[in-house]
Amino acid sequence: MHHDFIDRYSRLESPIHRMPVGMKAAVTLAVVFTVVLAPPSWILFYVAAAIFLMIIAVLSRIPAGFLIRRIAFFELFVLVIALLALAQPGGGARFGAIILKSTLSLLTVLLLANTTPFNRIIGFLGRLHVPSAMITILALMYRYIFVLIDEAGRIQRARESRTFVRQRTRRWIMLASVLGRLFVRSTERAERIYDAMCARGWRQ
Amino acid sequence: MHIPDGFLDTKTIVATSAFSAAGVLRALRNVTRRITPRYIPLMGLAAAFIFVAQMLNFPVAGGTSGHVIGGVLVSILLGPSAGIVVMTVVLVVQCFLFADGGVLSLGANVFNMGIVAVVCGYYFYRIFTSVSIGMMGRLAVVAAASWISTVIASICCTGELAWSGTIGWSNAFPAMTGIHMIIGIGEAIITTLILAAIYRTRPALLSGPESAREGRAWNVVSEVLPFGILITLGLALFVTPFVTVWPDGLERVAAEFGFSAKSKTAASSHSPLAGYQIPGIGSVPVAMAIAAVIGATLVFLTVFLLGRALVSRSKDVSS
Repeated sequence: MHHDFIDRYSRLESPIHRMPVGMKAAVTLAVVFTVVLAPPSWILFYVAAAIFLMIIAVLSRIPAGFLIRRIAFFELFVLVIALLALAQPGGGARFGAIILKSTLSLLTVLLLANTTPFNRIIGFLGRLHVPSAMITILALMYRYIFVLIDEAGRIQRARESRTFVRQRTRRWIMLASVLGRLFVRSTERAERIYDAMCARGWRQ
Repeated sequence: MHIPDGFLDTKTIVATSAFSAAGVLRALRNVTRRITPRYIPLMGLAAAFIFVAQMLNFPVAGGTSGHVIGGVLVSILLGPSAGIVVMTVVLVVQCFLFADGGVLSLGANVFNMGIVAVVCGYYFYRIFTSVSIGMMGRLAVVAAASWISTVIASICCTGELAWSGTIGWSNAFPAMTGIHMIIGIGEAIITTLILAAIYRTRPALLSGPESAREGRAWNVVSEVLPFGILITLGLALFVTPFVTVWPDGLERVAAEFGFSAKSKTAASSHSPLAGYQIPGIGSVPVAMAIAAVIGATLVFLTVFLLGRALVSRSKDVSS
């Protein structure tokens, strides 16, 4: 099955996609840092950052609709917390600044995530001397998300074909049993993976 | 509870990043040094499991839906160190793959959901399962631990936002805590149901040799002390400066009945940390934070010793 909703556009072909990971990560961090830490009165800087990000977005050929939908989705959470800031004295300016900063940094990270395959990011973290155990766990997790989604789907389908429930409490118990089953299968799979890794000479 | 970028200021970013880096490195070292390498793929799969579990939504009233957070679930099944590593990995992937939670606030998110939620929930579970009776008692403890871990993590999150000056503590605290008290109920129910399901199919995962190897011992030097101190420091720094701004119950009663003036001359004002302020330190918030750290450490030590005494006694009875 295809689960490309997770990183659908990270394997497109574009000048941005071909850029080295280190450079993209450095630019992303630099933009997020300055956007978050710059005082809100630097309007020109924010305009420049926004234009820069738009150029990258156009060059990377990621559909604009996808980016807008993603940002709108996360903007909900941002709005909830920002509304709490609005209740403070002098909250109006702060409210605007928060929305601006978080939207721009959100767009930056979205662009990184959708122009770089995740295994490249893991490789980059490894070069930054993140502990090797962490890298192995991250790589295994990313590899098996897709497998476990399929597995959960299979367990759920098997469960639904045997019992039909609409009642809410029953649905909760059913989903919990699906997840419990999924965890048991994950531990069994982990045992097999460990044996396979050892058989291929893996050593921590 | 994922804090996006732009909500925290520099000092909060630095403090939370330092705390989480210390906690995660400690947890990682515990896992790689003490536990068998068999745990490495297991943690990868557990992280993938938590990620998938968070995608499956449970219907809640009125067309809304919720999902399990999983911090307590994974720490009960794998232990606190592995729990911290697993939740951190999940948060890192959510950050870099979905832009869910900011890059600069990753430290704060790891601290709240990866360390505070996991460790508080786990030790609450450990202390109270030792005095609970039967599987039903244990599941009740699981529910309470999940609820408490969700609420504490949200309080910590509110403290960080307030410390950054983004939101005002006095109106954000009731809102955030209120919402998470409700979310916590959902988390408690789902976690309990999942653990009950696992217990039905594979009881060994909860009470067999698998958990005995890692779970039965209190790893004081490598887990209880470092994580306890880290969380104590974090709560003291992010939360206490706000909490103590309000007069506490006794002070309020004292003010209303007019005996607060009398107590000024009483012995309590000569106690070493009178009014939570340290003589010789000018800045009130700094002194308050330091006093809170000292006080919280004392409370932590007391609770810790008490917990140890309780647990060893109940172990003697059972063996």
